[in-house]
Amino acid sequence: MGGACHRADGEPHPPAPPRKRGEGRAARAANDDGKRRLSPFLQFVFSGVTIGATYALAALGFSLIYNASGVINFAQGEFIMIGGMLAAVLTSAGVPLWLAALAGVAIVAVVGLIVEKLAIEPARDSEVVSLIIITIGVSMILRGLVQVTLGKGNHALPSFSGDQPIHAFGATILPQSLWVLGVSTLLVAALAFFFGRTRTGKGILATAYNRLAAQLVGVDTRRVLALSFVLAAAIGGAGGILIAPIATTSYDAGVMLGLKGFVAATLGGLGSGVGAVFGGLFLGLFEAMTAGYISSAYKDAAPFVLVLLILVLRPQGLFGAKSTDRV
Amino acid sequence: MNARLLTLGAFALFLVLLPLALPNAFYTDVVIRIAINAVLAIALNLLIGYTGQISLGHAGFFGLGAYGSAILTSNYALDAGLSLVLAALVASVIAWLVASAILRLKGHYLAMATLGVGIIVTIVLTNEAAWTGGPDGMPVGDFKLFGWAPSGERQWYWIFMALLIVVIALARNLIDSPAGRALQALHGSEVAARVVGVDTASFKTRVFVLSAAVAAAMGSLSAHYLGFITPGIAAFPHSIELVVMVVVGGMASIWGSVFGAIVMTLLPQALTKFEGWETVVFGLILVATMIFLPRGVVPSIAARFRRKVV
Repeated sequence: MGGACHRADGEPHPPAPPRKRGEGRAARAANDDGKRRLSPFLQFVFSGVTIGATYALAALGFSLIYNASGVINFAQGEFIMIGGMLAAVLTSAGVPLWLAALAGVAIVAVVGLIVEKLAIEPARDSEVVSLIIITIGVSMILRGLVQVTLGKGNHALPSFSGDQPIHAFGATILPQSLWVLGVSTLLVAALAFFFGRTRTGKGILATAYNRLAAQLVGVDTRRVLALSFVLAAAIGGAGGILIAPIATTSYDAGVMLGLKGFVAATLGGLGSGVGAVFGGLFLGLFEAMTAGYISSAYKDAAPFVLVLLILVLRPQGLFGAKSTDRV
Repeated sequence: MNARLLTLGAFALFLVLLPLALPNAFYTDVVIRIAINAVLAIALNLLIGYTGQISLGHAGFFGLGAYGSAILTSNYALDAGLSLVLAALVASVIAWLVASAILRLKGHYLAMATLGVGIIVTIVLTNEAAWTGGPDGMPVGDFKLFGWAPSGERQWYWIFMALLIVVIALARNLIDSPAGRALQALHGSEVAARVVGVDTASFKTRVFVLSAAVAAAMGSLSAHYLGFITPGIAAFPHSIELVVMVVVGGMASIWGSVFGAIVMTLLPQALTKFEGWETVVFGLILVATMIFLPRGVVPSIAARFRRKVV
């Protein structure tokens, strides 16, 4: 994606790129290369799309749970963080990387199921506001547990296939970025297949449109919510593992990632799967461009300025349906 | 009606006598912090409890007030009272701009928008070091009004307690006023409220602006009282704390908010023993309250008590 933009001309060295979470290593890779002239714009596109893919996965998690229950799940960021942390801890304990990654996703999925069973299910009949507050409580519990068991320090996960930057169109891209983009694309395709072609997936969609009607045609709507949590957690966990080699992870890394996933989901129109993907990518690009051309100090503010503007000017989101009448 | 006045009177009397039981300035300070949080929680509860909307950025308005006062009084040598009003005005205008657009939408977009406002305020406060002192914070001068400034915990105690009583009384009045009844109808059923002629969006907007203005004014006063502020007071965790006070105490319950403020101010002190586990315990209390006492502690207990009496 974005590979169509050729700017391999003699651009000067890129301005010192942002040194914050997400772009750190990509920036260093860009600076280390003295021989080639790099295109800063393309460099920002690469880093923006990479982090954007993670936001897209987070946004998909938000949309899944929102569709199944109308709840904004503030623990989504914690799923991302736990995925990255588990994989990092397992690999440093000697577990092979691929196994650690799979185990990470599986454990996060189980965490998602436990959260649904212990915290959401017992409050099924509560108002949506109460359920949202429960997810805030759950995020505190998960974050606190990780902090107590794995400590406050940073954890690093090795890249899946080395750190040697690849030169492309006058910019460099990390192999890990390709992993992020590749696996994210696969996950999105798998989800599209799941919702479009399988009985269970269609059941979830039907529940999102009309719970009662879905129940009448025999969809087990209680299972739908549990399944949504498992899926959202697994997708979030996978995103966390993919991005962990680029941005080191720590117990509090999930807060910002989760909030930005929420922004991405809102941008795309809450509840829209396609919207979540494009919202995430757009947000990643917007953030990278802000960091590169305006101010890296205000990089983290960019998503929130953007979402405020969108909410005021185009409340249904960039890709949302016209109707916002969903309670 | 009379019973209500009696409760408030008893509470006021309790606050007047309380200093006799407070052994030193440390305890006075704790009570003052409770009062500050209680006022903030009551203001936020008007929004959460009566319109069913959440603000995840109320600390941002608090921070705007605090820094507004700090910057205007120290950098521009403006009068402290005027600074407070100006800061509250700025917060109100921001709240109005956000709310008038967003509260026309259904769903939880206000949560997203307020979250954004809070985070943007925090990032600006952290980055504009020339004005705000950056992440290290900045000192705040005395709250000088007509040549007099309160000093010491004792004088501030009377100011904050008087404020608390006034805010409780005003909130009660607001809830029982026609506007308040409209609000309650709104929370019950928005459609029904609209059918009987309540302009729901405009009501929600007004409540939101009011509660943002109160948060900003409290921010100004707290900044003068504390004497030193950092961007953390505007940050997301502080916003969450305020929401927790409201829901644990009880949505749509004024005494619930006072209770929530007491618990959430004392709890961190009590939890320091559980080194590292504070966040977990905090989260557990929040989840357990919402599951077992979904209406919050005070309304749930009140309901149970009433049932037994009748």
